[in-house]
Amino acid sequence: MKISIKREDSHEIYDVPLQDVTLLEILNEIKNKIDATLAYSSGCRSSVCGSCAVRVNGKEVLACSYKAEDGDVVEPLLNVPIERDLVVNMDKAYGFNSKAKAYQSTIVQNIKLSDEDEKRNALQSDCILCSACYSACPVYAVNKEFLGPFSLTRVWRYVSDKREENPKDKIDNIQMDGVWDCTLCNACTLVCPQGISSKADIEKLRARSVMFGYSDPSFGSFDGGFGFDGSPSF
Amino acid sequence: MKNRVIVIGSGGAGLVAALSAHESGAKVTIITKEYPTRSQTCMAQGGINAALSNVDEDSAELHIQNTLKSARSLANEDAVRFLCNSAKGAIEWLDSIGVPFSRTKDGKIAQRKLGGASATRACYAQDYTGLKILHTLYDRCTALGIEFLNERYLLEFITDESSNKKSICGVSVLNKRSGEVELIQSNSVIVATGGYSRVFHNYSTNSISSSGDGIAAALRAGAVASDLEFIQFHPTSLRGSSILISESARGAGGYLLNSKGERFINELAPRDEVSRAIHDEILKGESIFLDIRHLGSEFIEKELPQEAKLAKLYENIDPSLELIPIKPAAHYTMGGLDVDEKTSTNIQGLFAVGECANHRVHGANRLGGNSLLELVVFGRVAGESAAKFACEQDLDIDIKRYKNLHEENLEQIKSYTNEINFYEKYSELGEMFYKDVGIKRDKKTLLCTLENVKEMKKALKNMGVSDKGNIYNSNLIEFLEFKNMLFLSELILLCAIQRDESRGAHFRVDTQESKTAFDAHTIIDKDGVISYEN
Repeated sequence: MKISIKREDSHEIYDVPLQDVTLLEILNEIKNKIDATLAYSSGCRSSVCGSCAVRVNGKEVLACSYKAEDGDVVEPLLNVPIERDLVVNMDKAYGFNSKAKAYQSTIVQNIKLSDEDEKRNALQSDCILCSACYSACPVYAVNKEFLGPFSLTRVWRYVSDKREENPKDKIDNIQMDGVWDCTLCNACTLVCPQGISSKADIEKLRARSVMFGYSDPSFGSFDGGFGFDGSPSF
Repeated sequence: MKNRVIVIGSGGAGLVAALSAHESGAKVTIITKEYPTRSQTCMAQGGINAALSNVDEDSAELHIQNTLKSARSLANEDAVRFLCNSAKGAIEWLDSIGVPFSRTKDGKIAQRKLGGASATRACYAQDYTGLKILHTLYDRCTALGIEFLNERYLLEFITDESSNKKSICGVSVLNKRSGEVELIQSNSVIVATGGYSRVFHNYSTNSISSSGDGIAAALRAGAVASDLEFIQFHPTSLRGSSILISESARGAGGYLLNSKGERFINELAPRDEVSRAIHDEILKGESIFLDIRHLGSEFIEKELPQEAKLAKLYENIDPSLELIPIKPAAHYTMGGLDVDEKTSTNIQGLFAVGECANHRVHGANRLGGNSLLELVVFGRVAGESAAKFACEQDLDIDIKRYKNLHEENLEQIKSYTNEINFYEKYSELGEMFYKDVGIKRDKKTLLCTLENVKEMKKALKNMGVSDKGNIYNSNLIEFLEFKNMLFLSELILLCAIQRDESRGAHFRVDTQESKTAFDAHTIIDKDGVISYEN
């Protein structure tokens, strides 16, 4: 099958004699037999290490869990600097975990969690930090400092956990460049290989923000939530 | 700089060691060839052992006895006791930092049964135990502001011999992004780079990163390794891709069947026994399957979602309706850098932890659920030891002069002729190892394989890279990894040839009994000189 891969300045087309295999197997075939200079990242081959996210025909996928098809166009993730070919630099993206305080504030002993408590954020803690959501997020076109989908999902993971002793601090911290900057477009949900919806998590964080007295800053700033003609804008 | 600890590797062992060194007052930098959370630890599915008795009656003593039994007289009992007695504290610590363990109906940490265990002992988080532990550890590092240097590939450990004992004084790494050699000075370094199962190439369940880089570099610097011949084969990996299907599938009641639909082994026997039984069936011409259909789709969806997804993707089957085709594959390397009870290697200031080290707790065969435990328990020891050492030491040796030397080494490798494609040779190495240095071994074929590996080593100069660039040259990194694996392959073979007996994962068809003369650890240095130590 023929696969087009974005390299430095142009797309290069490779003819690979494989069928019904993952994109990662195609990339390995190219690297090992056709062109050893091709750069891409991979690790576990089983969709848990988050190394091999790329875009195929414009949509983010894990190369190890996507079955390649003839004519596919493979490109690196968006919103991150490209190191080379399909390899991107994740430093700034991962740095948002720190900015968003995506961790448990304190070490706590003997907090009893029920089966139900654990279920509350079981899905969010499935995140593999592949950055598919980060690449798909349109907010970065207008705000480069947006904390972003995976970091905010991580914040929800901890805020929703009984072991978090200071949820208010977490909520305070995500008001700027955080929950209200999201457009709720749902692009992150559609590309998550783990079935996580950062959009839904951001909505939950918004609801929690409201409980702590915050409101949507774009809401009511000019017109109290109504359009200039007086009709509701929501 | 005084008080500085460098950790090489950002898997579970590295992150626990880093957290522990930080808590002990050291300034910690973690260096990783990828990014944190991408390591092998994320692939651990089954669980982490601790005798909590949350499901049925258990005790640390039973855990100790099970571990010793599986180790086949090749574990250090004191180390095993320390490991198992520390298990409850390890789980409590993981729980205290936010690890989302699955829970029982009455709100206790859920546990399940794994092979070789006399009780229901493995704490788990669905089938993402390693992933969730690893990510929580990473988040803890973020909370404490621990420094990460990402995408740096370990080249060499730099040592000093001006005092009577060899001491570490820094590391050299290749910055993958710039292609530059960088030197980082430190008197206290922790190696946490994982195992070497990828010597088996595609016949391994492991991430492609498990190439034994840290072990190889430490050996070159003068450290010694032990028990390299003990390599665990996981009984159930997917037939085509060697992707792991967790032991918890058998723990929950899954059967192993041959082509006739017959069961042929106690599915929950230790891994070495189950793998050998499968191997024998395959040699008889049978195809082997894991059957979890009777567990029901609801259970599979709840407890084994990852397995179900992978079976669909790679074998195109629905495990709630169909049999899963499997084969054993190289999974865990029991051997590693030889360390003492403080995790110190024989090089002063160089510590090793996790799969790259041999803490002498697994012996000839590791129990499922003991490796995640090992990395927490010994990770904490390594961090404390390294921080204490960094604090006490004031050795300050200028290592800048090594930059040119290591740059020249890389230039030389880039000038290799590249007449032979090393990727093909690597694939050959894996085939050869799976066939002849795998589940069953024979002295004659081991000797023959040793000759082949030596030939391959000689031919390295005719291999090399086609990519001569600096920026993100993964062709070069993969060649360096291959060189490390080839170097370790020879040492593994020497250990396997010299151990004229069968024990746990080392099964010799030409000498099938265990011998008391070999109730000892194989110690080997970079030149292949072997000694035995009790």
